[in-house]
Amino acid sequence: MVVQAQDIPHRSSLLAYIARWLLTTNHKEIGTLYLCLSFTLFFIAGAMAMVIRLELFQPGIQFAQPLFYNQMVTMHGLLMVFGVVMPAFVGLANWQIPLMIGAPDMALPRLNNFSFWILPFAFTLLISTLFMEGGAPNFGWTFYAPLSTTYGPPSTDFFILAIHMMGISSVLGAINVIVTIFNLRTPGMTLMKMPLFVWTWLITAFLLIMVMPVLAGVVTMMLTDRHFGTSFFSATGGGDPVMFQHIFWFFGHPEVYILILPGFGIASQIIPTFARKKLFGYHSMVFATIAIAILSFVVWGHHMFTTGMPLVGELFFMYATMLIAVPTGVKVFNWVATMWRGSMTFETPMLFALGFVILFTIGGFSGLMLALVPADFQYHDTFFVVAHFHYVLYPGAIFGTMAAVYYWLPKWTGHMYDERLGKIHFWTAVIAVNLTFFPMHFSGLAGMPRRIVDYSLQFADFNMVSSIGAGLLGLTQILFLYIVIKTIRGGEKASAHVWEGAEGLEWTVPSPAPLHTFETPPPFPVIMDNSERTQLDE
Amino acid sequence: MTETQNHQRKHLVLLFSLAVGMFGFAYALVPLYQVFCEVTGLNGKTSGRPADPVTISDTLVVASDREVTIQFLAIVGNGMPWEFRPEKHQLRVRLGEINTIDYYARNRANQAVTGQAVPSVAPGAAAKYLHKIECFCFSQQHLEAGEDRYMPLRFYIGVDLPEEIHTLSLSYTLFKVPEVQVAALVDKQS
Repeated sequence: MVVQAQDIPHRSSLLAYIARWLLTTNHKEIGTLYLCLSFTLFFIAGAMAMVIRLELFQPGIQFAQPLFYNQMVTMHGLLMVFGVVMPAFVGLANWQIPLMIGAPDMALPRLNNFSFWILPFAFTLLISTLFMEGGAPNFGWTFYAPLSTTYGPPSTDFFILAIHMMGISSVLGAINVIVTIFNLRTPGMTLMKMPLFVWTWLITAFLLIMVMPVLAGVVTMMLTDRHFGTSFFSATGGGDPVMFQHIFWFFGHPEVYILILPGFGIASQIIPTFARKKLFGYHSMVFATIAIAILSFVVWGHHMFTTGMPLVGELFFMYATMLIAVPTGVKVFNWVATMWRGSMTFETPMLFALGFVILFTIGGFSGLMLALVPADFQYHDTFFVVAHFHYVLYPGAIFGTMAAVYYWLPKWTGHMYDERLGKIHFWTAVIAVNLTFFPMHFSGLAGMPRRIVDYSLQFADFNMVSSIGAGLLGLTQILFLYIVIKTIRGGEKASAHVWEGAEGLEWTVPSPAPLHTFETPPPFPVIMDNSERTQLDE
Repeated sequence: MTETQNHQRKHLVLLFSLAVGMFGFAYALVPLYQVFCEVTGLNGKTSGRPADPVTISDTLVVASDREVTIQFLAIVGNGMPWEFRPEKHQLRVRLGEINTIDYYARNRANQAVTGQAVPSVAPGAAAKYLHKIECFCFSQQHLEAGEDRYMPLRFYIGVDLPEEIHTLSLSYTLFKVPEVQVAALVDKQS
């Protein structure tokens, strides 16, 4: 017997309200919970970024002491990766995958509830380390040994527990996604007919199951090194700190694809809708995604070129890394080809998707530069690296999520968002992103090291520009929050089909999507002529 | 139970085992890494065992005229109360020729301390050509309070050392062995 939120008696008390959300097993409600958590942490981690940029506004130490600065850098990274991007994608998966494959719910609803409710506790634990004696973890989000073992603050143990909890949540969530996709597709939807968002999530879920346990393993080794006398990463007892980096990046590199593949899927849904054409090269898109996922397991060494790796290793990782540019290029060209001679319109989701394609490609190019061993020796641990991964994460993962929110928000809430405000949000965000992160390329190439509270005078101008951009970027997200709340509370009524060029099962249910959909599997493929669309809208 | 539920259960079990297996794989990476480093000599790790006597006698016959410089470094790890230095900072040696150098260690603490020296060779590719016949790094060293000792290192460099290497640096970092590990490590070394 599955508990549904509406089955809870309406006692109209606070307790009933809490119980409703605490016990819900409905994929739409859990999706909403994930997205709310992600949005909340987005502002908390964003506030930490503001502290970082405020401190870097001018050379010298003004607002943050070095130790506190290091804590901000670490927590900003950890929260953005594990608390913002990953839960946002899981939230989108929860809402959309059952709707897109014609399933009544996720395959394992109670597991779904459990995977979500671990997270608030994990992040409360992680954030609480800021108030502990000795401060929060201060060794960067990559927590290299021995910084995190021998020299880690006492709060490191809480960090380890928090990572374990997040890992369990992600693995359970990923298992749920795979079981749902394999078992609950509506008759007629073969794997190669699934929407690309579902495909990319299927592959992401496999990556999660394969690498999150490795992360759990490495933090467990840290824990036993810290307290139980083992020496995995301590040379004293025959261990090796460099091995930490190998194991960490064996997790870490597939992880960066976990953070971007669902974004690829979102762009592949949105661009065909607003270009009013079918996605160009569907099969090649699927195979490119699989190729990226497989290659991601053999390129971890490119994070470690300067550890004294032998030449043959450097060459292997360099060529393997550059090979990833091929399937990624296939995807970018397919998106461009989809738009070619399409009747394009530029509503907000399309703008964000286009921003995603263009700016992510810039991040991809700087990634290629970093893959070159001789060049990497200069770029390593400079702001060039910071510029690179913020270009793939902000306009990549975050713009992708925003595009998805604008695209599906009318389906979720039944209201159209304010198109004018949406466009203002996009244009200010796109200007602010470039203002913030583009100058980092230059300061990095000139030699400004990352993760250091102070910097040499010649970097002052670039940093001031970055900080002004960051402030603007922070403000635009408050506008985003306003737009989302305004849309939830009211606005122009959205039709079932919402977007003229949209295709897929999710557009056959009314807007807002009722709590229960597809209790009987819907017919597939969807055949809708205009008269049917009009009927549905009435 | 319907067929779908059966499938679901099967998938659930498979995926869950995959996750557990990957957790184990993280631990399997540790011995894999050690073996990989030992076999290839990458990472500047020298072999933790004395060179094979048969190889030694063979090599001696073919001692070449080629000379290289070997530099000795001694680093004291964090919290280690010992004085630790090589007797000479560099030697000019012929390939295949057996040389001896002493390292001096003195325990400056007022209690007994056990130490373990961990070697590292730069360039890393040279590690597998540096053969040690006798080394204080093969076992833990124990010094009473105030005690000192000259610790010998006997080694030769293989005649097949790549042409482009002219200078080797052999560095020892001396770590204090925590009390809990002393017993465990004795087992491991033997």
